[in-house]
Amino acid sequence: MSILEIRDLHATVETPEGTKEILKGVDLTIRSGETHAIMGPNGSGKSTLAYSIAGHPKYEITSGTVTLDGEDVLAMSVDERARAGLFLAMQYPVEVPGVTVSNFLRTAKTAIDGEAPALRTWVKDVRGAMDNLKMDPVFAERNVNEGFSGGEKKRHEILQMELLKPSMAILDETDSGLDVDALRVVSEGVNRAKDTTDVGVMLITHYTRILNYIKPDFVHVFVNGQVAEQGGPELAERLEAEGYERFLTGAK
Amino acid sequence: MTTTDVKGPESTGDEQANEAVGGAAGAAPVAAQDVLVEDEDRGEAGRAVRAELEDEGIALPGSPASGEDSHATRANRVRSFEVADFSRPTSKDEEWRFTPLRVLSPLFEDLPTEDLEGDPAVDYQISVPEGAPEASTLAPGQSPRGTALVPEDIVSAVASARTEQALHLRAPRGAELADPFRVAITGRGAERRGNAHVVLETEESSVATFVLDHTGSARFAENVEMIVGDNSQMTVISLQNWEDDALHISAHHSRLGRDARLKHIVVTLGGRAVRINAIGEFSAPGSELEKLGLYFSDEGQFLEHRIFVDHAAPKCTSNSAYKGALQGKGARSVWVGDVLIRKEAEGTSTYELNRNLVLTEGARADSVPNLEIETGEIEGAGHAAATGRFDDEQLFYLRARGIPELEARRLVVRGFFAELIQQIDVPEIREALTDSIEAELQRSMN
Repeated sequence: MSILEIRDLHATVETPEGTKEILKGVDLTIRSGETHAIMGPNGSGKSTLAYSIAGHPKYEITSGTVTLDGEDVLAMSVDERARAGLFLAMQYPVEVPGVTVSNFLRTAKTAIDGEAPALRTWVKDVRGAMDNLKMDPVFAERNVNEGFSGGEKKRHEILQMELLKPSMAILDETDSGLDVDALRVVSEGVNRAKDTTDVGVMLITHYTRILNYIKPDFVHVFVNGQVAEQGGPELAERLEAEGYERFLTGAK
Repeated sequence: MTTTDVKGPESTGDEQANEAVGGAAGAAPVAAQDVLVEDEDRGEAGRAVRAELEDEGIALPGSPASGEDSHATRANRVRSFEVADFSRPTSKDEEWRFTPLRVLSPLFEDLPTEDLEGDPAVDYQISVPEGAPEASTLAPGQSPRGTALVPEDIVSAVASARTEQALHLRAPRGAELADPFRVAITGRGAERRGNAHVVLETEESSVATFVLDHTGSARFAENVEMIVGDNSQMTVISLQNWEDDALHISAHHSRLGRDARLKHIVVTLGGRAVRINAIGEFSAPGSELEKLGLYFSDEGQFLEHRIFVDHAAPKCTSNSAYKGALQGKGARSVWVGDVLIRKEAEGTSTYELNRNLVLTEGARADSVPNLEIETGEIEGAGHAAATGRFDDEQLFYLRARGIPELEARRLVVRGFFAELIQQIDVPEIREALTDSIEAELQRSMN
């Protein structure tokens, strides 16, 4: 049983126009097995929240706390956070030339577990997970994200989530730009991970479409760097019907 | 081509690949010449424009080579054993424009090897494999010395003139030598001058490997002459594992007979400033030349590799692949690859590739491939050069998967060099090299 607690989180970013506050006091609690959809318009700070939790150096945390099972996440380095059980599926995964997917996955698994996985079961696990995500086995020998299509990159992110078995996963707009088939494949992967590992999920999305495939327990509307409203799945339906306008008028 | 690239496509004239050709990757532009008065009329911008012009680097019959006179006459360079026939390099010389001349200036002096009684400037430990004759020496003019290598610059001319007895290692006709010849070359003082001329020879139908391992420190002017006999197979591995303060300029010149094969491998990890000019010359049809290079430049290090492949005979094949990693402030590398396909070299197939991986800010890699083609009757000719950068986003991505920073860099660098290292046929060198690269990474991380 894990618990991720975010309290009054403020974060800034340096822009050419000066320091800009993006997160303006975020409060959120996610427990194992729960799926929280974070929905909001573009520019509301959803991705900043994801990257701030993961520890991207671009964002400076100016106040507030993030803890995972009581441990101070903000005091940890990026890789320590991952080893503590956090996972971020990125919206724009970067290419890593010269590093094959298979080598990358094994290195990451070894780092997370603190020991190399048993070779025989590992090879089988990777193959099985790739198969489930309808990824061609040749992917294993390609360089990480190099020449991958948008859909392939997202599958590769979820592949990592399934293999690394985090206790908390943040999915940053994993659905953006996917066609229906790819969306279904990717969603099934997330649901498999939820079933098998009881992972807590922060599902960041702009659209309600993915919520047809991944059922959220809670929905948070994120506007102007804060959670503006929260509720159950019915809130998503309301957003689907009404859009974000009523939040935006109040915020600006 | 046996090497896969790390970034960008490999085809000739490819936009993406050529983008980085001749250009520099790195943070703030670092002047190639440390401080040189002669350089003042040519700023960084001027050089960049020149480099861009060169990135096409292909000269076809009837067209001047990229408007660079010096390149159009690549074959007609001065070659002489007389030191007096050469002048000191200046930054105006195309050949030397990237080189920090002030740093390397001690090697432009015509000085003897600074041996003392019982205390040589450079120590040579030679081991000869079973089936080979004992190491012997050759005086200037004593064949086969001078049949392949005729000096093309002042340093090489001095090294030749100042070496009365050149080391001669020879694989006799028909011998297949399983173990390598090994020459451990140890410099015994960073302020001490050493001159050397080494002649490596595989006689007809023989097979042999030669390993030159440079360690310690010196100001070392060196010639390595390779005579690859008809139908023979030679492998040469030159390791530059110098201490941080060594200066080294070396001319490698190989001449391949009919149906001969040479695999020439250069690995440069150490030294303050190292410049290796590796020339390969085809004299008869049916031969194959493979030139491989690996370098890792860290803080304050300058490593320059030049290759010249002279296709002067028909139906020969050459493949060149050099890869370099750079890490740390002031880490510099230069790669210049010249391939000349002469009129008589019909049926030539050639490819040259250079890849650089810039791991940190403040490092800079220059890469210039040139191809001169004097006949249309060739099998194929191509080149590619590109410089990739290991950036903060890649590092973040790997770290976000639990991989610590050092391990992340290791992963990327290992992957980058892997295929090149696999082509080194001597297992213990392969292993030592992997360890050395780890050590380089570790050191620069601290």
